Amino acid sequence: MTEKSLSEAARPMPEQITYANLLFLVVWVSILLMIVTYFAYVTNLVSPYVPIEVVQQHWTSSVGDYMHTTGAPHGWGWLRLLDTGDYLNFIGLTILALITILCYLVLLPGYIRQKDWIYTLICVLEVLVLSLAASGILGAGGH
Amino acid sequence: MPEPDYVVPVVRSLDYTGLTFSRRQRKCEETEDGGKANGVFLWALLVVVIHPQTAFAVHDVVRAESAHAWWFWPVILFFFCFVLGVIAVLAGVGGGVLFVPLVSGFFPFHIDFVRGAGLMVALAGALAAGPGLLRRNLASLRLSLPVALIASACSIVGAMLGLYLSRLNPNIIQVCLGATICGIALLLLFSKNTDKPVVKKQDAIGLALGISGVYRDEATKELVEWKTHRTLVGLILFIFIGVLAGMFGLGAGWANVPVLNLVMGVPLKISVATSKFLLSITDTSAAWIYMNNGCVIPLMAVPSILGLMFGSLVGVRLLVLAKPKFIRYMVIGVLMFSGLKALDKGLGLRILG
Repeated sequence: MTEKSLSEAARPMPEQITYANLLFLVVWVSILLMIVTYFAYVTNLVSPYVPIEVVQQHWTSSVGDYMHTTGAPHGWGWLRLLDTGDYLNFIGLTILALITILCYLVLLPGYIRQKDWIYTLICVLEVLVLSLAASGILGAGGH
Repeated sequence: MPEPDYVVPVVRSLDYTGLTFSRRQRKCEETEDGGKANGVFLWALLVVVIHPQTAFAVHDVVRAESAHAWWFWPVILFFFCFVLGVIAVLAGVGGGVLFVPLVSGFFPFHIDFVRGAGLMVALAGALAAGPGLLRRNLASLRLSLPVALIASACSIVGAMLGLYLSRLNPNIIQVCLGATICGIALLLLFSKNTDKPVVKKQDAIGLALGISGVYRDEATKELVEWKTHRTLVGLILFIFIGVLAGMFGLGAGWANVPVLNLVMGVPLKISVATSKFLLSITDTSAAWIYMNNGCVIPLMAVPSILGLMFGSLVGVRLLVLAKPKFIRYMVIGVLMFSGLKALDKGLGLRILG
Protein backbone atom coordinates (compact mmCIF):
# COMPACT_ATOMS: atom_id res chain seq x y z
CA MET A 1 0.00 0.00 0.00
CA THR A 2 1.15 3.53 -0.71
CA GLU A 3 1.39 6.17 2.03
CA LYS A 4 -1.71 7.91 0.62
CA SER A 5 -3.85 4.77 0.58
CA LEU A 6 -2.62 3.87 4.09
CA SER A 7 -3.68 7.30 5.36
CA GLU A 8 -7.03 6.79 3.69
CA ALA A 9 -7.41 3.38 5.37
CA ALA A 10 -6.50 4.85 8.78
CA ARG A 11 -9.47 7.19 8.58
CA PRO A 12 -12.69 6.03 10.29
CA MET A 13 -15.87 5.73 8.23
CA PRO A 14 -18.35 8.62 8.68
CA GLU A 15 -20.83 6.45 10.60
CA GLN A 16 -18.10 5.68 13.14
CA ILE A 17 -17.71 9.41 13.84
CA THR A 18 -21.48 9.78 14.15
CA TYR A 19 -21.42 6.82 16.59
CA ALA A 20 -18.71 8.59 18.63
CA ASN A 21 -20.50 11.94 18.65
CA LEU A 22 -23.82 10.40 19.61
CA LEU A 23 -22.16 8.37 22.37
CA PHE A 24 -20.38 11.43 23.75
CA LEU A 25 -23.56 13.47 23.88
CA VAL A 26 -25.81 10.78 25.32
CA VAL A 27 -23.33 9.59 27.97
CA TRP A 28 -22.89 13.07 29.40
CA VAL A 29 -26.61 13.81 29.24
CA SER A 30 -27.30 10.59 31.17
CA ILE A 31 -24.61 11.39 33.74
CA LEU A 32 -26.14 14.82 34.23
CA LEU A 33 -29.60 13.28 34.54
CA MET A 34 -28.26 10.81 37.12
CA ILE A 35 -26.85 13.65 39.23
CA VAL A 36 -30.12 15.63 39.11
CA THR A 37 -32.43 12.67 39.78
CA TYR A 38 -30.21 11.29 42.54
CA PHE A 39 -30.22 14.69 44.23
CA ALA A 40 -34.04 14.82 43.98
CA TYR A 41 -34.18 11.29 45.44
CA VAL A 42 -31.87 11.64 48.42
CA THR A 43 -33.13 15.08 49.39
CA ASN A 44 -36.69 13.72 49.26
CA LEU A 45 -37.71 16.38 46.73
CA VAL A 46 -39.50 13.50 45.04
CA SER A 47 -40.74 10.83 47.47
CA PRO A 48 -39.34 7.35 46.83
CA TYR A 49 -41.42 4.22 46.20
CA VAL A 50 -39.25 2.22 48.63
CA PRO A 51 -38.26 4.43 51.61
CA ILE A 52 -34.49 4.88 51.84
CA GLU A 53 -34.38 3.40 55.34
CA VAL A 54 -36.07 0.24 54.03
CA VAL A 55 -33.53 0.00 51.20
CA GLN A 56 -30.75 0.31 53.79
CA GLN A 57 -32.28 -2.46 55.92
CA HIS A 58 -32.57 -4.87 53.01
CA TRP A 59 -29.54 -4.30 50.80
CA THR A 60 -27.80 -7.10 52.69
CA SER A 61 -30.50 -9.56 51.51
CA SER A 62 -30.49 -11.39 48.19
CA VAL A 63 -32.25 -9.67 45.32
CA GLY A 64 -35.15 -12.15 45.56
CA ASP A 65 -35.79 -11.34 49.21
CA TYR A 66 -35.32 -7.64 48.57
CA MET A 67 -37.84 -7.60 45.74
CA HIS A 68 -40.32 -9.66 47.74
CA THR A 69 -40.05 -7.47 50.86
CA THR A 70 -40.05 -4.08 49.17
CA GLY A 71 -42.48 -4.88 46.36
CA ALA A 72 -39.99 -3.45 43.87
CA PRO A 73 -40.99 -4.02 40.22
CA HIS A 74 -39.29 -6.43 37.79
CA GLY A 75 -38.26 -5.64 34.23
CA TRP A 76 -39.73 -2.45 32.85
CA GLY A 77 -42.27 -2.19 35.68
CA TRP A 78 -40.37 0.85 36.95
CA LEU A 79 -41.87 2.91 34.10
CA ARG A 80 -45.13 3.01 36.05
CA LEU A 81 -43.23 4.48 39.01
CA LEU A 82 -41.57 7.43 37.32
CA ASP A 83 -43.27 9.77 39.76
CA THR A 84 -41.16 8.30 42.57
CA GLY A 85 -37.68 9.49 43.52
CA ASP A 86 -35.92 6.11 43.40
CA TYR A 87 -37.27 4.96 40.03
CA LEU A 88 -36.69 8.39 38.51
CA ASN A 89 -33.00 7.45 38.66
CA PHE A 90 -33.66 4.66 36.17
CA ILE A 91 -34.03 7.21 33.37
CA GLY A 92 -30.28 7.95 33.37
CA LEU A 93 -29.34 4.31 33.96
CA THR A 94 -31.61 3.12 31.16
CA ILE A 95 -30.27 5.67 28.70
CA LEU A 96 -26.75 4.39 29.44
CA ALA A 97 -27.88 0.84 28.76
CA LEU A 98 -29.88 1.71 25.61
CA ILE A 99 -27.39 3.91 23.82
CA THR A 100 -25.41 1.04 22.26
CA ILE A 101 -28.51 -0.24 20.46
CA LEU A 102 -29.08 3.21 19.01
CA CYS A 103 -25.42 3.50 17.96
CA TYR A 104 -25.58 0.15 16.14
CA LEU A 105 -28.57 1.43 14.18
CA VAL A 106 -26.41 4.40 13.18
CA LEU A 107 -23.74 2.03 11.81
CA LEU A 108 -26.17 0.01 9.68
CA PRO A 109 -26.59 2.42 6.74
CA GLY A 110 -22.80 2.61 6.27
CA TYR A 111 -22.44 -1.15 5.95
CA ILE A 112 -25.49 -1.39 3.69
CA ARG A 113 -24.07 1.37 1.45
CA GLN A 114 -20.76 -0.52 1.22
CA LYS A 115 -22.71 -3.73 0.46
CA ASP A 116 -20.86 -5.32 3.36
CA TRP A 117 -23.54 -7.90 4.07
CA ILE A 118 -21.59 -9.84 6.72
CA TYR A 119 -21.22 -6.77 8.91
CA THR A 120 -24.78 -5.68 8.15
CA LEU A 121 -25.93 -9.06 9.46
CA ILE A 122 -23.65 -8.80 12.51
CA CYS A 123 -25.12 -5.35 13.32
CA VAL A 124 -28.68 -6.65 12.97
CA LEU A 125 -27.92 -9.69 15.16
CA GLU A 126 -26.29 -7.50 17.81
CA VAL A 127 -29.33 -5.21 17.91
CA LEU A 128 -31.51 -8.30 18.35
CA VAL A 129 -29.29 -9.70 21.14
CA LEU A 130 -29.23 -6.39 23.03
CA SER A 131 -32.96 -5.86 22.49
CA LEU A 132 -33.66 -9.35 23.80
CA ALA A 133 -31.56 -8.63 26.90
CA ALA A 134 -33.31 -5.28 27.38
CA SER A 135 -36.79 -6.69 26.82
CA GLY A 136 -36.94 -8.33 30.25
CA ILE A 137 -38.03 -11.63 28.73
CA LEU A 138 -34.89 -13.40 29.92
CA GLY A 139 -34.97 -14.28 33.56
CA ALA A 140 -36.90 -11.26 34.86
CA GLY A 141 -39.40 -12.13 37.50
CA GLY A 142 -37.79 -15.39 38.33
CA HIS A 143 -37.29 -14.72 41.99
CA MET B 1 12.43 -8.78 30.31
CA PRO B 2 9.46 -7.15 28.58
CA GLU B 3 7.34 -4.78 30.61
CA PRO B 4 4.11 -6.50 31.72
CA ASP B 5 2.27 -3.24 32.02
CA TYR B 6 0.27 -3.21 28.82
CA VAL B 7 -2.32 -0.61 29.46
CA VAL B 8 -0.81 2.49 30.94
CA PRO B 9 1.44 3.47 28.02
CA VAL B 10 -1.61 3.29 25.80
CA VAL B 11 -3.84 5.14 28.24
CA ARG B 12 -1.26 7.92 28.14
CA SER B 13 -1.97 8.42 24.47
CA LEU B 14 -5.74 8.10 24.70
CA ASP B 15 -8.22 10.86 25.28
CA TYR B 16 -10.95 10.00 27.72
CA THR B 17 -12.12 13.45 28.64
CA GLY B 18 -12.11 15.47 25.47
CA LEU B 19 -8.82 17.18 26.45
CA THR B 20 -5.59 15.96 24.94
CA PHE B 21 -3.07 14.42 27.28
CA SER B 22 -0.28 16.69 26.03
CA ARG B 23 -2.26 19.73 27.14
CA ARG B 24 -2.61 18.27 30.59
CA GLN B 25 1.02 17.28 30.66
CA ARG B 26 2.06 20.82 29.71
CA LYS B 27 -0.14 22.23 32.43
CA CYS B 28 1.45 19.92 34.99
CA GLU B 29 4.93 20.83 33.83
CA GLU B 30 4.10 24.53 34.11
CA THR B 31 2.99 24.10 37.71
CA GLU B 32 5.77 21.83 38.87
CA ASP B 33 5.38 22.67 42.56
CA GLY B 34 1.67 22.10 42.40
CA GLY B 35 2.40 18.88 40.57
CA LYS B 36 4.76 17.70 43.31
CA ALA B 37 2.20 18.59 45.95
CA ASN B 38 -0.40 16.65 43.99
CA GLY B 39 2.05 13.77 43.75
CA VAL B 40 2.56 13.64 47.51
CA PHE B 41 -1.19 13.83 48.01
CA LEU B 42 -1.71 11.04 45.50
CA TRP B 43 0.81 8.75 47.19
CA ALA B 44 -0.71 9.41 50.60
CA LEU B 45 -4.16 8.70 49.19
CA LEU B 46 -3.06 5.51 47.52
CA VAL B 47 -1.23 4.16 50.54
CA VAL B 48 -4.19 4.86 52.81
CA VAL B 49 -6.94 3.57 50.56
CA ILE B 50 -5.32 0.56 48.98
CA HIS B 51 -3.76 -0.77 52.18
CA PRO B 52 -5.39 -3.95 53.50
CA GLN B 53 -5.66 -2.38 56.96
CA THR B 54 -7.95 0.27 55.50
CA ALA B 55 -10.05 -2.49 54.01
CA PHE B 56 -10.31 -4.11 57.42
CA ALA B 57 -11.21 -0.74 58.93
CA VAL B 58 -14.04 -0.43 56.39
CA HIS B 59 -15.08 -3.94 57.31
CA ASP B 60 -15.18 -3.05 61.00
CA VAL B 61 -17.34 -0.06 60.21
CA VAL B 62 -19.65 -2.38 58.24
CA ARG B 63 -20.18 -4.45 61.36
CA ALA B 64 -21.33 -1.35 63.18
CA GLU B 65 -23.65 -0.53 60.28
CA SER B 66 -26.84 -0.08 62.24
CA ALA B 67 -25.29 2.85 64.06
CA HIS B 68 -25.12 4.91 60.86
CA ALA B 69 -27.61 7.14 59.10
CA TRP B 70 -28.81 6.00 55.68
CA TRP B 71 -26.51 8.46 53.85
CA PHE B 72 -23.37 7.04 55.42
CA TRP B 73 -22.85 4.17 52.95
CA PRO B 74 -23.65 6.09 49.76
CA VAL B 75 -21.18 8.81 50.80
CA ILE B 76 -18.47 6.29 51.72
CA LEU B 77 -19.14 4.42 48.49
CA PHE B 78 -18.81 7.60 46.42
CA PHE B 79 -15.40 8.45 47.87
CA PHE B 80 -14.25 4.84 47.81
CA CYS B 81 -15.21 4.60 44.12
CA PHE B 82 -13.59 7.94 43.39
CA VAL B 83 -10.28 6.58 44.68
CA LEU B 84 -10.87 3.29 42.86
CA GLY B 85 -11.36 5.30 39.66
CA VAL B 86 -8.02 7.07 40.18
CA ILE B 87 -6.24 3.82 40.93
CA ALA B 88 -7.89 1.92 38.06
CA VAL B 89 -6.57 4.42 35.51
CA LEU B 90 -3.11 4.53 37.05
CA ALA B 91 -2.89 0.75 37.24
CA GLY B 92 -4.36 0.27 33.78
CA VAL B 93 -7.27 -1.95 34.84
CA GLY B 94 -11.02 -1.49 34.48
CA GLY B 95 -13.18 -0.19 37.32
CA GLY B 96 -15.43 -3.26 37.51
CA VAL B 97 -12.64 -5.69 38.25
CA LEU B 98 -11.68 -3.70 41.36
CA PHE B 99 -15.20 -2.68 42.33
CA VAL B 100 -16.87 -6.10 42.61
CA PRO B 101 -14.34 -7.94 44.82
CA LEU B 102 -13.59 -4.95 47.06
CA VAL B 103 -17.16 -3.76 47.55
CA SER B 104 -18.53 -7.29 48.00
CA GLY B 105 -15.74 -8.08 50.47
CA PHE B 106 -15.84 -4.97 52.62
CA PHE B 107 -19.24 -3.31 52.24
CA PRO B 108 -22.59 -4.50 53.61
CA PHE B 109 -24.32 -4.95 50.23
CA HIS B 110 -25.39 -8.38 48.98
CA ILE B 111 -23.31 -9.74 46.09
CA ASP B 112 -26.35 -9.51 43.75
CA PHE B 113 -26.45 -5.71 44.10
CA VAL B 114 -22.67 -5.40 43.94
CA ARG B 115 -22.58 -7.25 40.61
CA GLY B 116 -25.42 -5.12 39.24
CA ALA B 117 -23.66 -1.91 40.25
CA GLY B 118 -20.30 -3.32 39.07
CA LEU B 119 -21.64 -3.84 35.56
CA MET B 120 -23.15 -0.35 35.46
CA VAL B 121 -19.81 1.07 36.66
CA ALA B 122 -17.87 -0.84 33.98
CA LEU B 123 -20.45 0.11 31.35
CA ALA B 124 -20.39 3.82 32.20
CA GLY B 125 -16.57 3.89 32.10
CA ALA B 126 -16.46 2.11 28.75
CA LEU B 127 -19.15 4.33 27.22
CA ALA B 128 -17.35 7.47 28.39
CA ALA B 129 -14.07 6.28 26.84
CA GLY B 130 -15.74 5.16 23.59
CA PRO B 131 -16.01 8.48 21.71
CA GLY B 132 -12.28 9.29 21.95
CA LEU B 133 -11.29 5.78 20.91
CA LEU B 134 -13.65 5.74 17.92
CA ARG B 135 -12.70 9.21 16.67
CA ARG B 136 -9.02 8.25 16.63
CA ASN B 137 -9.88 4.95 14.97
CA LEU B 138 -8.01 3.11 17.72
CA ALA B 139 -11.06 1.01 18.56
CA SER B 140 -11.49 -1.12 15.46
CA LEU B 141 -15.10 -1.74 14.49
CA ARG B 142 -14.09 -4.56 12.14
CA LEU B 143 -12.53 -6.34 15.10
CA SER B 144 -15.09 -5.27 17.71
CA LEU B 145 -18.34 -6.16 15.99
CA PRO B 146 -17.91 -9.94 15.51
CA VAL B 147 -16.22 -10.32 18.91
CA ALA B 148 -18.90 -8.21 20.64
CA LEU B 149 -21.69 -10.30 19.15
CA ILE B 150 -20.24 -13.46 20.68
CA ALA B 151 -19.26 -11.89 24.00
CA SER B 152 -22.53 -10.02 24.52
CA ALA B 153 -24.67 -13.08 23.75
CA CYS B 154 -22.56 -15.14 26.15
CA SER B 155 -22.59 -12.48 28.86
CA ILE B 156 -26.39 -12.83 28.92
CA VAL B 157 -25.92 -16.54 29.60
CA GLY B 158 -23.28 -15.67 32.24
CA ALA B 159 -25.58 -13.15 33.94
CA MET B 160 -28.47 -15.62 34.07
CA LEU B 161 -26.19 -18.38 35.32
CA GLY B 162 -24.74 -16.03 37.96
CA LEU B 163 -28.19 -15.09 39.22
CA TYR B 164 -29.29 -18.72 39.24
CA LEU B 165 -26.23 -19.81 41.25
CA SER B 166 -26.73 -16.89 43.60
CA ARG B 167 -30.31 -18.04 44.22
CA LEU B 168 -29.08 -21.56 44.96
CA ASN B 169 -26.38 -20.37 47.32
CA PRO B 170 -24.55 -17.00 47.23
CA ASN B 171 -21.43 -18.70 48.58
CA ILE B 172 -21.01 -20.52 45.25
CA ILE B 173 -20.69 -17.13 43.55
CA GLN B 174 -18.31 -15.88 46.26
CA VAL B 175 -16.03 -18.91 45.80
CA CYS B 176 -16.09 -18.69 41.98
CA LEU B 177 -15.52 -14.93 42.18
CA GLY B 178 -12.60 -15.40 44.57
CA ALA B 179 -10.97 -17.99 42.31
CA THR B 180 -11.51 -15.78 39.23
CA ILE B 181 -10.08 -12.69 40.94
CA CYS B 182 -6.98 -14.61 42.08
CA GLY B 183 -6.63 -15.87 38.50
CA ILE B 184 -6.91 -12.31 37.16
CA ALA B 185 -4.22 -11.13 39.60
CA LEU B 186 -1.89 -13.87 38.34
CA LEU B 187 -2.77 -13.09 34.71
CA LEU B 188 -1.93 -9.40 35.26
CA LEU B 189 1.30 -10.40 36.97
CA PHE B 190 2.57 -12.85 34.37
CA SER B 191 1.08 -11.83 31.00
CA LYS B 192 3.72 -10.39 28.68
CA ASN B 193 1.95 -8.51 25.95
CA THR B 194 3.61 -7.58 22.68
CA ASP B 195 3.52 -4.06 21.31
CA LYS B 196 3.30 -5.07 17.64
CA PRO B 197 2.90 -8.83 17.21
CA VAL B 198 4.16 -10.33 13.95
CA VAL B 199 1.33 -11.85 11.91
CA LYS B 200 2.84 -13.45 8.81
CA LYS B 201 -0.34 -14.79 7.26
CA GLN B 202 -3.92 -13.93 8.05
CA ASP B 203 -6.21 -16.92 8.64
CA ALA B 204 -9.31 -17.65 6.56
CA ILE B 205 -11.86 -16.37 9.09
CA GLY B 206 -9.97 -13.13 9.70
CA LEU B 207 -9.70 -12.68 5.94
CA ALA B 208 -13.38 -13.43 5.32
CA LEU B 209 -14.44 -10.94 8.00
CA GLY B 210 -11.87 -8.40 6.81
CA ILE B 211 -10.45 -8.01 10.30
CA SER B 212 -7.47 -5.80 9.56
CA GLY B 213 -6.70 -2.13 9.63
CA VAL B 214 -4.25 0.73 9.74
CA TYR B 215 -3.60 3.11 12.62
CA ARG B 216 -1.35 6.06 13.23
CA ASP B 217 1.16 5.49 16.03
CA GLU B 218 1.35 8.92 17.66
CA ALA B 219 4.66 8.07 19.35
CA THR B 220 6.55 7.24 16.14
CA LYS B 221 4.24 9.12 13.73
CA GLU B 222 4.13 6.07 11.49
CA LEU B 223 1.16 4.31 9.95
CA VAL B 224 0.97 0.72 11.15
CA GLU B 225 -0.89 -2.01 9.26
CA TRP B 226 -2.28 -4.92 11.22
CA LYS B 227 -4.24 -8.13 10.68
CA THR B 228 -5.23 -11.13 12.79
CA HIS B 229 -4.31 -14.78 13.00
CA ARG B 230 -5.82 -17.61 15.11
CA THR B 231 -9.14 -15.74 14.76
CA LEU B 232 -11.28 -18.82 15.45
CA VAL B 233 -9.43 -19.58 18.71
CA GLY B 234 -9.83 -15.95 19.75
CA LEU B 235 -13.55 -15.97 19.01
CA ILE B 236 -14.01 -19.18 21.01
CA LEU B 237 -12.16 -17.65 23.97
CA PHE B 238 -14.59 -14.73 23.88
CA ILE B 239 -17.38 -17.18 24.70
CA PHE B 240 -15.74 -17.80 28.09
CA ILE B 241 -14.89 -14.13 28.58
CA GLY B 242 -18.52 -13.17 27.96
CA VAL B 243 -19.80 -15.76 30.42
CA LEU B 244 -17.35 -14.64 33.15
CA ALA B 245 -18.11 -10.95 32.58
CA GLY B 246 -21.83 -11.56 32.93
CA MET B 247 -21.58 -13.99 35.82
CA PHE B 248 -19.50 -11.76 38.09
CA GLY B 249 -20.27 -8.27 36.74
CA LEU B 250 -16.57 -7.66 36.35
CA GLY B 251 -16.16 -6.07 32.94
CA ALA B 252 -13.59 -8.06 31.02
CA GLY B 253 -10.70 -5.81 29.96
CA TRP B 254 -8.33 -8.05 31.93
CA ALA B 255 -9.14 -10.93 29.55
CA ASN B 256 -9.91 -9.04 26.32
CA VAL B 257 -6.46 -7.54 25.94
CA PRO B 258 -4.40 -10.74 26.29
CA VAL B 259 -6.70 -12.61 23.89
CA LEU B 260 -6.70 -9.85 21.26
CA ASN B 261 -2.98 -9.20 21.59
CA LEU B 262 -1.38 -12.56 22.38
CA VAL B 263 -3.79 -14.94 20.66
CA MET B 264 -5.08 -12.96 17.69
CA GLY B 265 -1.95 -10.87 17.07
CA VAL B 266 -3.59 -7.45 17.26
CA PRO B 267 -1.21 -4.55 18.11
CA LEU B 268 -1.31 -3.55 21.77
CA LYS B 269 -2.76 -0.08 21.20
CA ILE B 270 -5.60 -1.43 19.09
CA SER B 271 -6.14 -4.28 21.59
CA VAL B 272 -6.47 -1.96 24.58
CA ALA B 273 -8.71 0.53 22.80
CA THR B 274 -10.87 -2.16 21.20
CA SER B 275 -11.15 -3.96 24.55
CA LYS B 276 -12.43 -0.82 26.25
CA PHE B 277 -14.93 -0.24 23.46
CA LEU B 278 -15.98 -3.91 23.55
CA LEU B 279 -16.93 -3.55 27.21
CA SER B 280 -19.53 -0.97 26.26
CA ILE B 281 -21.32 -3.67 24.24
CA THR B 282 -20.62 -6.81 26.31
CA ASP B 283 -21.58 -5.14 29.59
CA THR B 284 -24.74 -3.65 28.09
CA SER B 285 -26.37 -7.05 27.58
CA ALA B 286 -25.38 -8.35 31.02
CA ALA B 287 -26.36 -5.05 32.68
CA TRP B 288 -29.88 -5.40 31.25
CA ILE B 289 -30.28 -8.85 32.79
CA TYR B 290 -29.22 -7.53 36.21
CA MET B 291 -31.35 -4.40 35.86
CA ASN B 292 -34.45 -6.32 34.82
CA ASN B 293 -33.99 -8.65 37.79
CA GLY B 294 -33.87 -5.76 40.26
CA CYS B 295 -30.13 -5.96 41.03
CA VAL B 296 -29.50 -2.27 40.41
CA ILE B 297 -30.39 -0.16 43.47
CA PRO B 298 -30.02 3.54 42.60
CA LEU B 299 -29.07 4.44 46.18
CA MET B 300 -25.77 2.54 45.82
CA ALA B 301 -25.36 2.27 42.01
CA VAL B 302 -25.46 5.99 41.20
CA PRO B 303 -22.75 7.11 43.69
CA SER B 304 -20.61 4.18 42.51
CA ILE B 305 -20.90 5.19 38.86
CA LEU B 306 -20.35 8.89 39.53
CA GLY B 307 -17.47 8.27 41.96
CA LEU B 308 -15.66 5.98 39.57
CA MET B 309 -16.17 8.25 36.57
CA PHE B 310 -14.94 11.37 38.35
CA GLY B 311 -12.05 9.35 39.82
CA SER B 312 -11.08 8.18 36.33
CA LEU B 313 -11.01 11.78 35.08
CA VAL B 314 -8.67 12.73 37.93
CA GLY B 315 -6.63 9.56 37.36
CA VAL B 316 -5.95 10.55 33.74
CA ARG B 317 -4.65 13.90 34.96
CA LEU B 318 -2.43 12.27 37.59
CA LEU B 319 -0.85 9.83 35.13
CA VAL B 320 2.14 12.14 34.59
CA LEU B 321 2.98 12.09 38.28
CA ALA B 322 2.44 8.44 39.03
CA LYS B 323 4.73 5.46 38.95
CA PRO B 324 2.39 3.08 37.13
CA LYS B 325 4.51 -0.03 37.66
CA PHE B 326 4.46 0.34 41.46
CA ILE B 327 0.72 1.09 41.49
CA ARG B 328 0.11 -1.87 39.22
CA TYR B 329 1.88 -4.23 41.61
CA MET B 330 -0.10 -2.75 44.51
CA VAL B 331 -3.34 -3.34 42.63
CA ILE B 332 -2.30 -6.92 41.85
CA GLY B 333 -1.66 -7.38 45.58
CA VAL B 334 -5.05 -5.91 46.47
CA LEU B 335 -6.80 -8.07 43.85
CA MET B 336 -5.11 -11.18 45.22
CA PHE B 337 -6.11 -10.19 48.75
CA SER B 338 -9.73 -9.45 47.82
CA GLY B 339 -9.86 -12.71 45.82
CA LEU B 340 -8.69 -14.63 48.88
CA LYS B 341 -11.19 -12.69 51.01
CA ALA B 342 -14.03 -13.74 48.67
CA LEU B 343 -12.82 -17.37 48.84
CA ASP B 344 -12.62 -17.11 52.61
CA LYS B 345 -16.15 -15.68 52.80
CA GLY B 346 -17.60 -18.20 50.34
CA LEU B 347 -16.00 -21.20 52.04
CA GLY B 348 -17.03 -19.88 55.47
CA LEU B 349 -13.47 -20.10 56.83
CA ARG B 350 -13.50 -16.57 58.32
CA ILE B 351 -9.69 -16.52 58.48
CA LEU B 352 -9.56 -13.03 56.96
CA GLY B 353 -12.25 -11.57 59.18
